Amino acid sequence: MSLTRIYGLFLRHFYLITRSFPRILDLVYWPSIQITLWGFISNFFATHTTYYNNAVGVILTCAILYDFLFRTSIGFNMLFLEEIWSRNFTNLFIAPMRIGEILTSLVITALIRSLIGLVPAILLTSPLFGISILDLGIFLFFLFLSLYIFGITLGILVSSGLLRFGPSFENIAWSTMFLLAPFGCIYYPIETLPEIFQKIAYVLPLVYIFEEARNILINQTVNIENVYYAFMWNTFYFSVSIALFYYSFNAAKNKGTLINMGE
Amino acid sequence: MKNLIEVKNIKKNYGKKEAVKGISFNVEEDEILGLLGPNGSGKTTTIGMLLGLLKPTSGQIFIDNLKLEENRIEILEMINFISPYIELPKKLTVKQNLYVYSKLYKVKNIKERIEYLSEKLRIGELLNSITGELSSGQKNRVSLAKALVNEPKVLLLDEPTASLDPEVGDFVRTFLEDYKKEKKISILLASHNMNEVTRLCKSVLMMKNGEIIDQGQPEDLITKHGRTNLEEVFLKLSRSKSEFN
Repeated sequence: MSLTRIYGLFLRHFYLITRSFPRILDLVYWPSIQITLWGFISNFFATHTTYYNNAVGVILTCAILYDFLFRTSIGFNMLFLEEIWSRNFTNLFIAPMRIGEILTSLVITALIRSLIGLVPAILLTSPLFGISILDLGIFLFFLFLSLYIFGITLGILVSSGLLRFGPSFENIAWSTMFLLAPFGCIYYPIETLPEIFQKIAYVLPLVYIFEEARNILINQTVNIENVYYAFMWNTFYFSVSIALFYYSFNAAKNKGTLINMGE
Repeated sequence: MKNLIEVKNIKKNYGKKEAVKGISFNVEEDEILGLLGPNGSGKTTTIGMLLGLLKPTSGQIFIDNLKLEENRIEILEMINFISPYIELPKKLTVKQNLYVYSKLYKVKNIKERIEYLSEKLRIGELLNSITGELSSGQKNRVSLAKALVNEPKVLLLDEPTASLDPEVGDFVRTFLEDYKKEKKISILLASHNMNEVTRLCKSVLMMKNGEIIDQGQPEDLITKHGRTNLEEVFLKLSRSKSEFN
């Protein structure tokens, strides 16, 4: 055993970590996010044991909805990252494609990828747990559409970062969904959050989507306001993400990121 | 002969660093122009600007009389690029890759085009192979097929024969010579292989520190600098300080 060689290999990874802010951020925030998310979940169930009549049904439905959002967003990012990993990025950007064409193609492909994962999950919950997500009725479509738009929006935002900052932004791609999870109020009502977190949650479409899913399942009523607010915030963030993507593309052309991507 | 590439006083700065310092040159139809220079001289930056991947800080680029800044899509339809530093998706078969890029370039008669390129580049037997499993020489020929799928008027080549064995390297050079002669295309060739440049290029540009420090026909440059071959000229110019800086 050579301590020098061990130290040498340690340095190889240490330099990598210290030279990349996204990598440091990645190390710091995973534990923080997990503790925050599960802390709120535990806190809610400790104080509201009778809130859910059908806890398994509500939690599983919300888990499926969240998974759809997660897969849409990650799916979009994966499509972009695939081009970087395979060193095909330059080929793609010297092809005569408009940015709108690239985005539309990725949006459609991400939907198909998400549906491939979603359909078996929905089919499994019925025989295994006697629960059907279809209990949400016609509003299920609107909830999925909202989640899809927000998932795509996050995907476009992360892809903008990849365009602008290059592959070092990759770690952020994996973690955006987890960062938003505590604010999304996926498994607990918004009142569970501290007031300052509630203010953040109210400007995200997620809280309206999951509040409405629980509302339908628990109270058997529909609050159209939640659906409306979810679409309103989605429209806002989607527009911002598209504008940011165009801005990042132009910034990458100035900075030279497009030509060095994948190296 | 008309100019298919016209570069007018382009500059590229990265912050305070001047990567390309106002260079101008033209490439005629049916001409191969060599772009030579040591690493960091600005060759890749120049090619990046011609491909629209980099925005020049100032200056103008025209491809077939169209201004790049205003006609990006139209220009990208008529140019293509090959470099050992970029690859095609590894998990797709060769045929799938060529089909995908034919679609991106809106190629008509895709089947005929792939058959033509397969025969010319001897990749017919590779069409159903996984691209990532090919040898360097095979990948190079497949990349060349992708670069020709849209019948480009302008071809940008960045070290097209780097890492190839002499036999495959010679095959690629012969192919490029014949293809250029047949289709009357313009080729800008960045290479460190001086024998390749001497063989293929009608004229060459020597770049250093973002500037063109000399240009002309290979044999004229050899005579002008009193050397016996282009490699010696390259070394002389690369190592010179006071003369050009």
